[in-house]
Amino acid sequence: MQCQICNKPATVHLTEIVNGEKIERHLCEQCAQNEGITIKTHVPLDELLNNIVSAQEQADELADLCCPQCNLSWAEFRKAGQLGCPNDYLAFERPLRSLIERAHEGAHIHVGRVPRHANSTTSSQVKLRRLRQDLQKAVEQEDYENAARLRDEIQNLN
Amino acid sequence: MEGEGPESDIVISSRVRLARNIAGYHFFAHATADEQAEVLNLVHKNLMATKLKDQLWYLEMNDTTPLERQLLIERHLISKELAEGEGPRAVALTHDETLALMINEEDHLRIQMMAGGLQLKETYQHICLVDDMLEEKMDYAFSPQYGYLTACPTNVGTGIRVSAMLHLPGLKMTGEIEKVFRAAKDMRLAVRGLYGEGSEPIGDFFQLSNQTTLGKTEEEIIDQLVKHAVEPIVAYERLARRKLLEERLTALDDKIYRARGILTHARLISSDETLYMLSYIRLGIHLKRIKNVSIEMMNRLFLLTKPSHLQHLYQEPIFSPKSQLLKGVKVYQFSLRQAVK
Repeated sequence: MQCQICNKPATVHLTEIVNGEKIERHLCEQCAQNEGITIKTHVPLDELLNNIVSAQEQADELADLCCPQCNLSWAEFRKAGQLGCPNDYLAFERPLRSLIERAHEGAHIHVGRVPRHANSTTSSQVKLRRLRQDLQKAVEQEDYENAARLRDEIQNLN
Repeated sequence: MEGEGPESDIVISSRVRLARNIAGYHFFAHATADEQAEVLNLVHKNLMATKLKDQLWYLEMNDTTPLERQLLIERHLISKELAEGEGPRAVALTHDETLALMINEEDHLRIQMMAGGLQLKETYQHICLVDDMLEEKMDYAFSPQYGYLTACPTNVGTGIRVSAMLHLPGLKMTGEIEKVFRAAKDMRLAVRGLYGEGSEPIGDFFQLSNQTTLGKTEEEIIDQLVKHAVEPIVAYERLARRKLLEERLTALDDKIYRARGILTHARLISSDETLYMLSYIRLGIHLKRIKNVSIEMMNRLFLLTKPSHLQHLYQEPIFSPKSQLLKGVKVYQFSLRQAVK
């Protein structure tokens, strides 16, 4: 049997059921890898070892991570999925950030509502970020009139 | 309330929820018993110092019976988590049941506002007024980087969850519903059943809500849900219903009248089956295939046939599931006879 993409001999055979319809695919190893169906099996040994070591180092580092205010450890948080106190967002900043990004379509910065009596620097910071985001969107959409207005507004805030 | 408002033939209700925590305290699950009680008292005191105080009914969970808590869940006023949790917890409700504030759920405060039909923008504006009132009295845990800080990082930022409850029997019958769900999931929206998290969809009722709470403004989150999901789905459902009327009238009528037949003649029926059947009756009313049942009665029935409401109605514990089920049918049959009269 030949690969459905490049006609080389097919070694990967995949049967998927989509919407109740059976779909069979036959691919060579290279095409299967490119499609993300299989993963590279021949990773050079040093690369493999390096990955293991750095993952271990990271895990060791994270295992010691603990919030000084509520004593919750990173490991405990990972198990329960719930943080102990608002300070955890600071204490776990680095590992938490990638988790937050994954949960929120890559975002790690708040641009929404701000408590009315939050101090003025906080609200202007959030407002500034929102304006910059809008400015970027306006430029992308070639809405220069709006972009100019937003730029003025940002300058006034600074 | 349900059954009224814009697009209410398809959008049953709109709901906005804000998650807030009080600065200076541990999140609820990690707080000591004293701290939990302190938060409860603090929020209660401040709530009663706002002009909402005359409209609110304040209920501590530890003073309620399991039946009362179940009634509140069935009316979407508290979550399962608040009902089944431990420690000092409470809910404050307005008499019209549009506003519910849960204290000491996963977060110290969860403010929820509901409206009939598709009114997410209006509902958000209302809930902001409540949020502002409370903010004047107490400090929320807030960081300039991450926004409102919540016990679970999946709610951080705006802390907002906007949901629309949709009734989609047409798309279910035409077999297009899966397509809709896949599209919704691609947009990072959650599709759930009647009772939110962890509940299976029953009777073609689906709750659609946002999952991303950070990196967008509240208005953007609402706008995306409404413009890119709810409105197209409503149009799609109307099209499916029209297609059924034009091309498959007998099959459609069969479902509707069969449901009516079962509800009027069955001797034993479960709450779930009742919901399935009422779903077709509701469709029949909107497509004018059933004329002598009003939508108001339909909405009353949706509530009355739920287990705790039945038990409450009959003022006696229901020991066997069978007797409970039978009573469900009786309520429907009684109401139907009233309606036909």
